[in-house]
Amino acid sequence: MKIDKRLLAEARIARLHLMLTVGLGFLVGLVIVLQALFLSRAVSSVFLGGQELADVKGVLAMLAALALLRAALRWGSDASAQRLARQVKADLRGRLMACIVSLGPAHAALERSGELTTTVVEGVEALDAYFSEYLPQLALAVVMPLTILVFVLPLDWISGLVLLLTAPLIPLFMVLIGSAADTLAKRQWVTLSRLAARFLDALQGLPTLKVFGRSRDEAATIARISDEYRRTTMGVLRVAFLSSMALELLATLSVAVVAVEIGLRVLYGRMAFADAFFILVLAPDFYAPLRLLGSRFHSGMAGVAAADRIFEILDQAPVGTSSVSPVASPSASASVSPVASSEVSSSVSSALPQRLPAPDLRRTPIRFEGVHFSYETNGSRDGRRRAALAGVSFELPPGGKVALVGPSGAGKSTVVQLLLRFVAPTGGTVVVGDRSLLELDVRGWREQIAWVPQRPYLFNTSVAENIRLGRAQATTDDVRRAARLAHADEFIDALPQGYDTVVGERGSLLSAGQVQRLALARAFLRQAPLVVLDEATANLDPQTEDSVRQAMTRLLAGRTALIVAHRLTTVTEVDRILVLDEGRVVQQGTHSELMRDERADGLYRHLVRAYGGVS
Amino acid sequence: MASTATSCAPTGESRDEVDGVIPATRRATFLRLLSLTAPFRGRMLLAALLGFATVGSSIGLMMTSAYIIAKAALHPSVALLQVAIVGVRFFGMTRGVFRYFERLVSHDVNFRLLARIRVWFYEHLEPLAPARLEQYRSGDLLSRVVSDVELLENFFVRVLAPPLSALGIMGLMWFLLRAFDARIAWAVVAFLLLAGVVAPLIVRRASQRSGRAYIATRAELNAAVVDGVQGLPELLAFGADERYLAQLHRLDRESARAQTRLGHLAALNEADTTLLTNLATVAGLALAIPLVSAGTLDAVFLAVIATGIMASFEAVQPLPLAWQMLDSSLQAARRLFEVVDAPPAVSDPGSPQKLPGSADLEVDGLWFRYQPDGPWALEDVSFELGQGRHVAVVGASGAGKTTLARLLLRFWDYQRGAILLGGVDLRDLRGDDVRRDIGVVSQDTHLFTATIRENLLLARPDASEQDLHAAARLARIHEFITRLPDGYDTWIGEQGVLLSGGERQRLAIARAVLKDAPLLLLDEATANLDAITEREVWQALQELMAGRSVLTITHRLTGLDAMDEILVLRGGRVVERGTQQELLASRGQFYRLWTLQRGVLAEG
Repeated sequence: MKIDKRLLAEARIARLHLMLTVGLGFLVGLVIVLQALFLSRAVSSVFLGGQELADVKGVLAMLAALALLRAALRWGSDASAQRLARQVKADLRGRLMACIVSLGPAHAALERSGELTTTVVEGVEALDAYFSEYLPQLALAVVMPLTILVFVLPLDWISGLVLLLTAPLIPLFMVLIGSAADTLAKRQWVTLSRLAARFLDALQGLPTLKVFGRSRDEAATIARISDEYRRTTMGVLRVAFLSSMALELLATLSVAVVAVEIGLRVLYGRMAFADAFFILVLAPDFYAPLRLLGSRFHSGMAGVAAADRIFEILDQAPVGTSSVSPVASPSASASVSPVASSEVSSSVSSALPQRLPAPDLRRTPIRFEGVHFSYETNGSRDGRRRAALAGVSFELPPGGKVALVGPSGAGKSTVVQLLLRFVAPTGGTVVVGDRSLLELDVRGWREQIAWVPQRPYLFNTSVAENIRLGRAQATTDDVRRAARLAHADEFIDALPQGYDTVVGERGSLLSAGQVQRLALARAFLRQAPLVVLDEATANLDPQTEDSVRQAMTRLLAGRTALIVAHRLTTVTEVDRILVLDEGRVVQQGTHSELMRDERADGLYRHLVRAYGGVS
Repeated sequence: MASTATSCAPTGESRDEVDGVIPATRRATFLRLLSLTAPFRGRMLLAALLGFATVGSSIGLMMTSAYIIAKAALHPSVALLQVAIVGVRFFGMTRGVFRYFERLVSHDVNFRLLARIRVWFYEHLEPLAPARLEQYRSGDLLSRVVSDVELLENFFVRVLAPPLSALGIMGLMWFLLRAFDARIAWAVVAFLLLAGVVAPLIVRRASQRSGRAYIATRAELNAAVVDGVQGLPELLAFGADERYLAQLHRLDRESARAQTRLGHLAALNEADTTLLTNLATVAGLALAIPLVSAGTLDAVFLAVIATGIMASFEAVQPLPLAWQMLDSSLQAARRLFEVVDAPPAVSDPGSPQKLPGSADLEVDGLWFRYQPDGPWALEDVSFELGQGRHVAVVGASGAGKTTLARLLLRFWDYQRGAILLGGVDLRDLRGDDVRRDIGVVSQDTHLFTATIRENLLLARPDASEQDLHAAARLARIHEFITRLPDGYDTWIGEQGVLLSGGERQRLAIARAVLKDAPLLLLDEATANLDAITEREVWQALQELMAGRSVLTITHRLTGLDAMDEILVLRGGRVVERGTQQELLASRGQFYRLWTLQRGVLAEG
């Protein structure tokens, strides 16, 4: 119910459409009454008044006109409900996405990206039916029967009473049945989706089944399981449908009761035929909106279920995103998100009143001073945190090159995330010049960084646009130059549409080495003083390896660089190597210094020799 | 992911245009789909009949009710009304009862149909795997196929049953009204046809463009959302988040506009059904009133005719949706038919030879390509794998290593040369027989959503508890399994998500141990594992390899010093061969790969 209230609040932005929908629906109710009135008069005057077609022509024409009017009003009501749904949906989707963006990559990585995408796409879509069908119908199910009742009651209070008493029973039954059937349906749905998952499992595992010579038996298994499912489900449904039968009976039996009751009153002359016929014609229309509500109940419930998850995400939003609607105007979103995106990364970064402009990194050193970072484990909100960095200090002077090495989980990528301001330290400070990084304008800061991630993401757009991510205003020539510098021009020219070829789906069209070179092209285009580079681990085709290496060397020349290194050739070229283990710097120095280092646990030498030792 | 599923929708739609031009294809698909439902014809007819009876009850209720009131207006004795009153009560009851049984029977048919389509699809897919399924690996096209199957579950209830019931009601109305006057009967049938067939088809035609626009814009929107979630680090790092949100907003508005256009057209369906219901009633009255005046129609029936007509239109209300569902069902069916109609890449020989006793393998001048006019994936590859020998095939990705493994497992047929198993050409053997001789440990071990035990028993269904434990011990996973809460009966989650990479591979090794085949194929068995786990898995493999002929396919040059021969593949050709020592000494391609790999820092 709380969710319903929140959803209703969402409809407020499209208040006008909601009012229009219900208002037109109310008019439909009035037209229905008029139709019944004219119909009963026409029939009565021919039947009892002995009039001929010519006498009732006017009334019949009126009926036809009312039919048109009713259809038009009905359409208007539906159409307006659609607009209502679209407005609310677009607003919610925009806010949801702005919220995800402002929560940052650290949060998005914690959630399952697939589930997040599904919520934004299908979850919001599930609300369409809630707003376009369920919500207006909820209002109409009250308004339309009441309208009819207002006309029936004065004519015949007994019929009115039958209608009045049975009407609330229908939604009541519906809720009762709904919640009972809901649990049942949910359970069945779980089994059903398990069944579907099993089927998918069998399809995906077909090669394995074949290798073990078991692929032919599986068809029988699928048949058996499906059949078992059908039998148990039918057992449940036999009972579940009983309740909806009761509902159906209630509606038809009350029509029957009303019919017999008014029939007898007409028989004893206590009621005019015209009035009785009027009531009879209206009776089904009285129950129709209530029944319709029943059939739309499920889409309503699906919407509520989806809303649960949507609000959960929105509620994590930092102050500012949930109250301001970014969709209302794109410029509004623009003014909100930069602040927000810098704000949220961690609970530590409280709102700072003023953002200092980021100093020029060509002249300013960056220092990590006893930096700690820990994150919530696996989405648990019980406050348990896992330490990723435990007091890391080092300096990155202008033009200097520092490499991070260490086993996986040592904290290398956390250092990168801190530097990119995706997260804020939970202890210690990242100092830029004489300021904390947290005090700086995040946009200006990131503008000075060219980032080459280990697994670059390619967007669902052209190659040129993907490179242009580096600098939005870059010309075509700039893009081509950057591609050349990254050794990417040759394979791009060989693509079906060259630079206009649409990549995407994580660049399934391209090999890992090609994707890497596109990321390098982005970095070249960025022309930023600081390069943050996460070297790819696997890529053992010698040709690709060579060209990536050359491009990398060229990119690093004359720039400050932080490199997460996986290659011996890389670490021999940097000024300083930091060996990380379990969130701490355990060794540091140049390659030759570290190789000479006999003491410590010799982690560096172990890392260097791991592959050599196997042979 | 989501973009995969949706991005192909527009193409699917454009193909529909073609379908519009060639209705024969549509009809063929429809008939083929219908033939799948054939076993349930009786039940389906029963369900449609019950649906007819449900609406029929409503018509009966309204007509008898009107009759009572009209007759009562003439003030006859109560006795005369008694039959009608019983009728009203009867119809008031039956509607709910018919509806109940209709729902039961049609749900039952649904489930049967779903099971039948699943089994049918699986049986047709089985011979195609894995060669023809290769294209469904990327993204989640396979799960799209699964939802297509689910969609067809509704083919009966939503598509077939409503028109059948509606047809019955038309017949009923024609029969009832003809008793009063044939013209009224024909007029009402015409209106029913207008509301149930003509109007929905017009709306459907008008919606086609908006429908396509909506699907296209929605696919774009979905792709943008995927981009935003998965590419979020890049968006932020490159300061593109504002631009992204503005673009998303624009796409959302475009999509909403198309959806609204579509929705406005769909709302016409409801509106025109209402309109036609009322117009039909007016027309019925206009035709009946002169008959009353002429004395050929008892005036009592005026009200009866009017209410009967109004009630009958309930039968055509679900038809617009049925037309819509027909389209999506046919599209889903066509996609499924397309999948199963692919010719199998390999078919068993008409008169297969018996599996020879020897498992000596000889590859002789092997040529292979995936498409008849495509580039060669393997060119003139030859080697021998005698009893107990260990051969490795190395090379960068794309060199043809995996292709070679597929050919050995007889998942594809080769074009030239031969693979001889115990002296017999693979093409003369049944695929299942060939695979009985080969144990496989590959990098993408598929674990089924089941228990550890079930996953192991797959390799040998009749294995005893001791066998399982022995195999697990050999694969160095027994300790781990016994420490789990349910031991061998532990549920390993969706396709084994609860297990680590090393654990998965060890289970795969245990399976291979259980299978106990003379030939062992290691297809990148330790790829995707970190250096330490890799070493552990290698150790587990050693015992399995002992005494067996082993073909190792790998791009990681570890543990190759014990190989009797190493083939270096490049672009589908064997460019170097020899022992590790020889290959290193010759300083060629192998040497380059080797030094490159030694320059990689371990991850732990």
